[in-house]
Amino acid sequence: MTIARGNLAGLAERLDAQWSTPHSIYGWFATVDHKKIGIRYLITAFVFLLLGGTEAALMRAQLARPDGHIFSPEVYDQLFTMHGTTMIFWYASPMLSGFGNYLVPLLIGSRDMAFPRLNAFSYWSFVLSGVFVYVSFLAGAAPHGGWFAYVPYTDATYSPGLNMDFYALALLFLTISTTVGAINFVVTIFTMRAPGMSLSRMPLMMWSTLTTSVASIFALPSLTAALIFLELERRVGFRFFDATGGGTPLLWQHLFWVFGHPWVYIIVLPATGMASMMFPTFCRRPIVGHTYIALATVSTGLFGFGVWAHHMFATGMPLLSTTFFSAASMAVSVPSGMQVFAWLATIWAAKRHVYSTTFLFLLGFLLLFVIGGVSGVMTASVPYDWQVTDTYFVVAHLHYVLVGINLFPVIAAFYYWLPKMTGRLLNERLGRWNFWVMFLGANLTFFPMHFAGVRGMPRRIYTYPAGMGWDWLNMLETIGAAVFVVGILLFIINVIWSLRAGAPAGDNPWGASSLEWSTTSPPPEYNFDVIPVVRSREPLWDAPSPSPEASIPDYRVLDTGRRTLGTTVLDGQPQEVLRMPGDSLWPLAIALALAAMFTAVLLASVVAIVITGILVLACAGGWLWPQPEGAAS
Amino acid sequence: MVSILALCRPFVNLGARRLHPAATSNTKDVNVPAALQLRAYYDRAPSTLATGSHDAHRLALLGIAMTVVATLIFFVVVGIIFVGLWRRRSAPRAPATAIETQRPIDVSENWWVLGGGLAMPVIVLAGVFLLTLSTMHAYAPAPPGSPEILVIGHQWWWEVRYPNDTVITANELHLPVGRAVRLELRSADVIHSFWAPNLEGKTDLIPGQQNEMVLRADSAGVYRAECAEFCGPQHAKMSLSIVAESADAYKQWLAIAKSPTVLPQSDSARAGLNVFMTHSCSSCHSIRGTAAAGIVGPDLTHFGSRTTLAGGSLPNTVGYLAGWISNPDLLKPGTKMPAIPMDGASLQAVVRYLEALK
Amino acid sequence: MTDAAIQYSGAPLPEVTTGTRATGWWGMVWLCVTEAMLFACLIASYFFLRGSVQAFAAEGGHYPSLTLPIPMTVLLVTSSGTMWWGERGIRRGDQRRLRIGLALTFVLGAVFLVLQGIEFSHGLHGPTASAYESIFYTTTGLHGAHVAMGLLMNLYAQLQAWRGHFSAKRHLTVQNVSLYWHFVDAVWIVILTTLYLSPRLW
Repeated sequence: MTIARGNLAGLAERLDAQWSTPHSIYGWFATVDHKKIGIRYLITAFVFLLLGGTEAALMRAQLARPDGHIFSPEVYDQLFTMHGTTMIFWYASPMLSGFGNYLVPLLIGSRDMAFPRLNAFSYWSFVLSGVFVYVSFLAGAAPHGGWFAYVPYTDATYSPGLNMDFYALALLFLTISTTVGAINFVVTIFTMRAPGMSLSRMPLMMWSTLTTSVASIFALPSLTAALIFLELERRVGFRFFDATGGGTPLLWQHLFWVFGHPWVYIIVLPATGMASMMFPTFCRRPIVGHTYIALATVSTGLFGFGVWAHHMFATGMPLLSTTFFSAASMAVSVPSGMQVFAWLATIWAAKRHVYSTTFLFLLGFLLLFVIGGVSGVMTASVPYDWQVTDTYFVVAHLHYVLVGINLFPVIAAFYYWLPKMTGRLLNERLGRWNFWVMFLGANLTFFPMHFAGVRGMPRRIYTYPAGMGWDWLNMLETIGAAVFVVGILLFIINVIWSLRAGAPAGDNPWGASSLEWSTTSPPPEYNFDVIPVVRSREPLWDAPSPSPEASIPDYRVLDTGRRTLGTTVLDGQPQEVLRMPGDSLWPLAIALALAAMFTAVLLASVVAIVITGILVLACAGGWLWPQPEGAAS
Repeated sequence: MVSILALCRPFVNLGARRLHPAATSNTKDVNVPAALQLRAYYDRAPSTLATGSHDAHRLALLGIAMTVVATLIFFVVVGIIFVGLWRRRSAPRAPATAIETQRPIDVSENWWVLGGGLAMPVIVLAGVFLLTLSTMHAYAPAPPGSPEILVIGHQWWWEVRYPNDTVITANELHLPVGRAVRLELRSADVIHSFWAPNLEGKTDLIPGQQNEMVLRADSAGVYRAECAEFCGPQHAKMSLSIVAESADAYKQWLAIAKSPTVLPQSDSARAGLNVFMTHSCSSCHSIRGTAAAGIVGPDLTHFGSRTTLAGGSLPNTVGYLAGWISNPDLLKPGTKMPAIPMDGASLQAVVRYLEALK
Repeated sequence: MTDAAIQYSGAPLPEVTTGTRATGWWGMVWLCVTEAMLFACLIASYFFLRGSVQAFAAEGGHYPSLTLPIPMTVLLVTSSGTMWWGERGIRRGDQRRLRIGLALTFVLGAVFLVLQGIEFSHGLHGPTASAYESIFYTTTGLHGAHVAMGLLMNLYAQLQAWRGHFSAKRHLTVQNVSLYWHFVDAVWIVILTTLYLSPRLW
């Protein structure tokens, strides 16, 4: 059945009535709109970036000079543990989830995620787990065993306080949020793409989101198992890691890194996917090697599971295993090389480049990526790793990777997509300053760390003696950190300026090719009044059809309640109409109940655990109670 | 920190600075305690580039070779970016949203990805991997009859035991230059990692596991080794001096180190030992030849001959030792050594006694 | 405008779907995948400890008894059958068969849990005796928790089944509960093989 274009009058008003959330306190807490949730993710993750950054700045202050004593060793340990934990778990991954939440439905031409309520739940439990772990500072017992939390230092004998319980329980809580979010992304990308968007036409950011989500689903259980073991060992006296009871501390290391190394790719791949969306826009041409980038993304996610033991070369592993993991760790850099050369080729083959702030950040990202990549190959060489592991060389390497391949694309993405979210452009002039200050700051902070490591400076030391050859390097790094902080402040100023006085963005300020630019900025709550059809990889760059469609099939209109289109997995053929659930307070309620339950576990009160456990089940029951119009999710 | 050091000041002039004979480069003045001149106690900065062994030398060469390759790759990428941008510098100022190139994409562009992104890395990585294998291949097991030394990591100091426990010492490891020794690495509590940057890569000390490494110094000197795995608040102050000396000097040291201490002859020394025994120092520390037989803390039998104290974090001078005994937690917050309250005379007596334990 | 690339017959698309078309089914599949990984990590931990620690208890001829696990296995496998039977029923619109199938499954699962409780209370050592006991109790205990969760889901489905909520076209809940139950049973087979049988075999 088709609907004549003339009969679409009043469609926007109808959809608006069906999809809009009331502007009230109830609406604020009950909304399941992926765009609102996405923006909340972005803001919250940015707050965690600032918290983790503050911790880093305090550490740099302590290390500026030898024999620094601003903080006691115990406080310094809490700072570096919380810096790592915050940045890796509460900033890097949620920040990308934020962009994913906002962009995935828009990029695939859908009206929401597959499970909007679970999406809201993911967000609430992410925030609450972050609050949970930061409450530890108020309790004077912030985690202090490193983000990697090696036993036996973190077991009850050597860390008797609540510090590591805060760590383990907050991460278990966050793991629930992340797993649910990952499943949501996978199902959304598999089943809700616009008609005509076959897998081969899918935007590259969808490939990276899909890869990281599947990798999360496979990798997170290893962390969950490790954390459950740790809590059972700390609280109940189980003996998985106890060498005197038939266990071994190496079990923790294996479980942690089987999770930990894929996680590195999980927090950089979505960012490379975003870069693959942005490069073509500023090179004014389709990306080179689309298929290769998709393949490289998937294979990086896959290989990421085969390299975990390169974190353990110094543990006395058999030489044959180290050789295998060394080779695998080098091989994993090949797909990254393919991605880099695809971007380089895109720059090379472009007839013209648009030097926006986004493009500058992308170029910076490329350079930092290459430095982080080659230093990674150096650490994959087993004997050299015996020298540089656990030194500042590795600190330099991992920060080039995470600042280079996560933070720089993220800032680029803000300059690129914030206008879509707010309807206003950021200031390009200030943006240029922002880029150069941040680029200088990042290199000044992290490049000298290579030398400090090669010159023998170990990681995770709260102070160091003078005259070992590290003094001026550390001073340089601290100055660099100050410059970097200024760069971040410039970004914040730019965002605030843009919200107040930014030039209106229009639908497609960059002349980009993907579907999110076909709707208004900011998009309506239903994203698209008529669900778009996709005929190529760059739908908005298709030659405009000579005459507008005279009539539209009804599956692209769907204006009888919250509905969106379900399509087939491989070819994106229309398959079914999906009923989308309405606003609900249950996601918030169940997240709060879970927070209460984890608090009860923290306080080790059996009565409270039972009560809060029943509360969680009750909330789940309330959520799932069949509704008259059978809305799934 | 300043006030603690001021507290130590009266003692600083009491004792001559103790230097190991091998540490000849020290010309710094410890009368200026504002910055601890620990560097003076080592012949070389603890850098992987200031190599003192053939192994470390090979590792440094491997690192330099990989750095050269890495730098080349980096500049290739930089070159492509800048030339790529430069050659379009005078592109027409069309509206920013105009699309210059329409599909279909030139197929030859994919050769960038396959050549630069696939073939090039595979070739480079194969080279790096061969380099890695050849460096690993150069590692030889210790020849039979090599000295075996047991190193036990503690929070936050190193216990060093020579065969049959004939020598038990702490935070110092003597070995004959040019000869491989086998280190057996164990931990008494949490995971530590043994790292002498000038000599060899790291090996972890893991509870319940016996790791081994071969250590060999090919030039004589005093090197610094440090703990490289985070092991708690004082992870930063857990280092050890490695003294690589001639076979004769090593033998001589071993002979002295094996011998128990001589019971004190002078009154003042007897008073010092008395303080040691009555102020519960002896419940944690041993001094072979006396009744002190504690096993929690470092063995102090030849304490006076060591260059540093408190896990290599303080010079072993009368001043620092007195400060350390009076309030260990101020100098090394979190240390397991408790403060032992004692009057000035007792403190002086025990410090003098310990410093005389050569 | 009709698009050549898009196949559309013109008939209205279905709204309520079951099976592989439903997003809810996809969600359950991925939940099972991540749970399977969790158990894979536990099993891997068991073998890692067994392979790397000499004092690991299972090596010393300490086999867990099979007297209870064998009937427990029979119970779970049977319950998978009854679940399948009930689900087949509702696919043809047979509500009675669904109700009976769900109820039988519930009873069999509940008896399994009771037997597991008996096994736990008769264990010689507690979970804190050694790493072996720790991994044994954690793996079986976590599986027991999953059975309990499966029973709660079963109750939830029954509640709707007895109110006549399901039909041949509309029974996604039953499909998901059933999928989860089969998954939990499959995990049990792996646990049986690993913890109970493997020390006897090699």
